[in-house]
Amino acid sequence: MNLSINEMKNVASQIRQDIVMMVNAAGSGHPGGSLSSADLLTVLYFDEMNIDPKDPKMTARDRFVLSKGHAAPVAYATLARRGFFDPAELINLRKMGHMLQGHPNMTYVPGIDMSTGSLGQGISASVGMALAGKLDNADYRTFVLLGDGELNEGLVWEAAMSAAHYKLDNLCAMLDFNGLQIDGPNEEVMGIDPVDAKFESFGWHVIHVDGHDLEDIQRGYKEAKETKGKPSILIAKTIKGKGVSFMENEASWHGTAPNKEQTEQAIAELGGAK
Amino acid sequence: MTQKIATREAYGKTLARLGLENKNIVVLDADLSKSTKTAEFKKVCPERFINVGIAEQNLAGISAGLATAGKIPFMSTFAMFAAGRAFEIIRNAVCYPKLNVKVCATHAGLTVGADGASHQAIEDLALMRSIPNMVVLNPADAVSTDKILEAIVAYDGPVYVRLGRAAVPVVYNESSKIEIGKANMVQDGSDVTIIATGIMLAEAMTAAETLKDEGISVRILDMHTIKPLDDEAVIKAAKETKGIVTAEEHTIFGGLGSAVAEVLVENHPAPMRRIGVKDTFGESGQPAELMVKYHLTANDIVKAVKELV
Repeated sequence: MNLSINEMKNVASQIRQDIVMMVNAAGSGHPGGSLSSADLLTVLYFDEMNIDPKDPKMTARDRFVLSKGHAAPVAYATLARRGFFDPAELINLRKMGHMLQGHPNMTYVPGIDMSTGSLGQGISASVGMALAGKLDNADYRTFVLLGDGELNEGLVWEAAMSAAHYKLDNLCAMLDFNGLQIDGPNEEVMGIDPVDAKFESFGWHVIHVDGHDLEDIQRGYKEAKETKGKPSILIAKTIKGKGVSFMENEASWHGTAPNKEQTEQAIAELGGAK
Repeated sequence: MTQKIATREAYGKTLARLGLENKNIVVLDADLSKSTKTAEFKKVCPERFINVGIAEQNLAGISAGLATAGKIPFMSTFAMFAAGRAFEIIRNAVCYPKLNVKVCATHAGLTVGADGASHQAIEDLALMRSIPNMVVLNPADAVSTDKILEAIVAYDGPVYVRLGRAAVPVVYNESSKIEIGKANMVQDGSDVTIIATGIMLAEAMTAAETLKDEGISVRILDMHTIKPLDDEAVIKAAKETKGIVTAEEHTIFGGLGSAVAEVLVENHPAPMRRIGVKDTFGESGQPAELMVKYHLTANDIVKAVKELV
């Protein structure tokens, strides 16, 4: 898309406003982990991926799997802002009879490449997509966004082992490392450190990035693309609830909807109109 | 009915043939390829054989991903681990998006034998039948396994195929017709109908011989498709005969017997008996002796039929 960093910053800020607005409208949903991964998805969809919003099923397209499926709002807002569907649809998040389910359904939403929601399954499916690419000698790449709490799931590690075994250098994972899961900090609920050493020992190329620095994220994707013979993971240090002062670093905003006043304040902080 | 072949043997052989014909077929196994017989496919199409190691959840997840890219993944492991351990991945990653994954599970039922209860899946039909979008098949012999596999390649959507470890009699011949969703009337009769699935078809046929000698005429339906069930054939049997005996190598909860009862109770209530495992785990033993101990033989079917005459 060739957007400048500043243009991408504006997009990310728009996506964050969408997230707050849609979760408020739904009355439920997951703002914290959606806000923390907004920058990763902005760079992915507006800079990195080979996609065509007019042809969402294009065979040669790059794929994206939201393994942390509860962050559906960030994926929906990103797809809508990228032109896959009308942003007016975002207001119908989690409403009966509408396509934007609480967790993504690939058969309803243009641009959603895999139905997810049950943790660990997305990365496993992304290994299958990457394997299919290798079988077909296709050039497309597969991206998958993991949550840090999600790393508690055994299936993540089954998938990680198999991705390295099959040398899937066409697979790039991103870890939204905000340090918080539903019941509290990762290290209190179930220690996952050292994450980098774990993935390295599983045969992955590890890239540390600042998950809110768009240029650093760009550098990370570039390094992943250039890494051959093994899958890569961007360990992105992020802030849960990023951009909304009262949500930042608060585990309680994992799955809580803001009320009207909170929504207005959040949107103002994110640079939107009151 | 003299020749005996395990349905898993037929699976391996047919898979190898279909693999050469259709380049979209990809076969995945979880370190059991010699037992599930997917090794037969690997021999002829090694580039499209994927071993995921002992990781059945990942087996299902990877299969789902392959299907999104237009592949036709056949994923195999023992029924216990396919329907049991990978249940939720099959539900959410395969069936919810209706992906074209074929779950071909071997070593189903008590006839796994000596490995014992931990490996004897007697709940798999119930589990798989409960998931929307899933087609559930349970072929009776080697010939029908071959025909069913051919049919599921042509069908776009998730399918569960239940296969066995032990050699079982071949009851069909090459000219027999097998259609998904259509019960196959193996023989017609006027007194009672036996609806059998999987390896219980051969037991039903043996039972019918005994009953014939005693002047009792039975209709036999091979219900190779557990879902979608052939409601019409079930209702017709209830109307035209005095009662129904179902026979499955599976718990009496949630499988064929339950499916038939569900249809009858809402359409044409009829006297019924269910042959199956009665809410208990199995144990180690030879398949034939386990069938006797757990009341899954032709003699048990004969007794049940007589109760309904």
